[in-house]
Amino acid sequence: MPGAENIPADLLYSDTHEWLRIEGEEAVIGITGFAQDALGDITYVELPAVGDAFSIGQPFGSVESVKAASDLVAPANGTVVAVNDSLENSPELLNVSPYDEGWIARIALPGAPGGLMDAAAYEEFCAGEK
Amino acid sequence: MSELHTPLTQWHQAHGAKMAPFAGWLMPIQYEGILAEHKHTREHVSLFDICHMGEFRIQNPGADEALARAVSHNLATLAPGRCRYGFLLNAAGGVLDDCIIYRFGPDDFMIVVNAACAANDFAALRERLPESVSLRDISDATAKIDLQGPESVAVLEDALGENFHGLPYFAFRKTTFNGAPLLASRTGYTGELGFELYCPANKAETLWETLLADSRVKPAGLGARDTLRLEAGLPLYGHELDEKHSPAEAGMGRMLTSGADYVGKAGALAERENLVPLRIEGRRAARNGDAVVLPNGTEAGVVTSGSFAPSLECVIALAWVKAAHAGEENFIVRAARSDLPARRTTVPFYKNGTARNKL
Repeated sequence: MPGAENIPADLLYSDTHEWLRIEGEEAVIGITGFAQDALGDITYVELPAVGDAFSIGQPFGSVESVKAASDLVAPANGTVVAVNDSLENSPELLNVSPYDEGWIARIALPGAPGGLMDAAAYEEFCAGEK
Repeated sequence: MSELHTPLTQWHQAHGAKMAPFAGWLMPIQYEGILAEHKHTREHVSLFDICHMGEFRIQNPGADEALARAVSHNLATLAPGRCRYGFLLNAAGGVLDDCIIYRFGPDDFMIVVNAACAANDFAALRERLPESVSLRDISDATAKIDLQGPESVAVLEDALGENFHGLPYFAFRKTTFNGAPLLASRTGYTGELGFELYCPANKAETLWETLLADSRVKPAGLGARDTLRLEAGLPLYGHELDEKHSPAEAGMGRMLTSGADYVGKAGALAERENLVPLRIEGRRAARNGDAVVLPNGTEAGVVTSGSFAPSLECVIALAWVKAAHAGEENFIVRAARSDLPARRTTVPFYKNGTARNKL
């Protein structure tokens, strides 16, 4: 499973270990390989609802592993336009495919997101967290 | 902070285990992942490093009688070659520790205790046993490795070249491994057929690697040990057992058959609260410390352990509930992010365990 290595080059990253992929005026968000590795086997995902609006740094859902529960923290301001329903019955997708099949939500961006790291900066950030 | 190391700590680190402090020891929490290790234990066989637990030897004439007054175990019906689960109680009948006692002879025993309680247990036993009875802490010299899962008997037989089909549940046998003494007991903490193996600490790594050389065996960490024991409905000291609660409150009253006048006997059957097993549909877990209320909001108790149950695909929990409410069918667990409807169920939560299977 992806850990702190193999950080995709084309994404942006928050210091709370969420990733964001900009697609026009929308973005897809999820949690990083580092995050899923730290959490361990994920057993439950609380998804936001379509239409939920949140600001950067706000909790927009939560994930639970066998051992712990933690908030999902918004990496950008946005309004939810779609969620990955398959996580409800297959939360392990966050472990096995955090950057692809384990995407969490698609949000409409009110503007260009700020304060995020590129892959190189995030890799360095993860090294400091270990 | 510097934690104690077992004879296998380096092995775990070298083999990619996630390590964490537990009861003062640096222990493996998981290797491949808790869910995979849990499943492998239920379906095949796993190996657990349990060297952190404490072992004491109790010997000399008078040991039998004196020990029977120090612990709740009924020693009168414990034959040599058998072991029994029970409690070290405080004067009020609260649980100082849960422990297994092995009888080697008329006045010769081994007692296996929790790592976090070992120092207190030793002090309490020393105080309760007369000077003429020898009490020795053999924990450092003794390694404990648990082999657990339906295929454990086949693996053990292949590794030792010896038949273990004749060994009943809660019986043990002294044998040898690579010229060193090995005690194999048909016990465990997973709800599956399994063995707890005790050998000299300096043989731990050889025994560990010998058993792992069998392709059916994988190492498992304390994470899977916890989900396995919870599904089996087995208590964990500090969660379902503590000094404030009697064995009867934890559902162990029927086990208290000793005729001896042991410390704490008068309070051992008191029931102010009861441990209630709860089943919660869905995947959002109840956790230790979550409040438990009745559907009308009346405070009822607190969760002691809770987890997503990998073999049941729902959430299970144990909770201390006031005796007056313990008979209710429906409860609400006030979890950190949501209220969870919970229904009383029965233990073991997981009913297909192989622990007691006749071989």
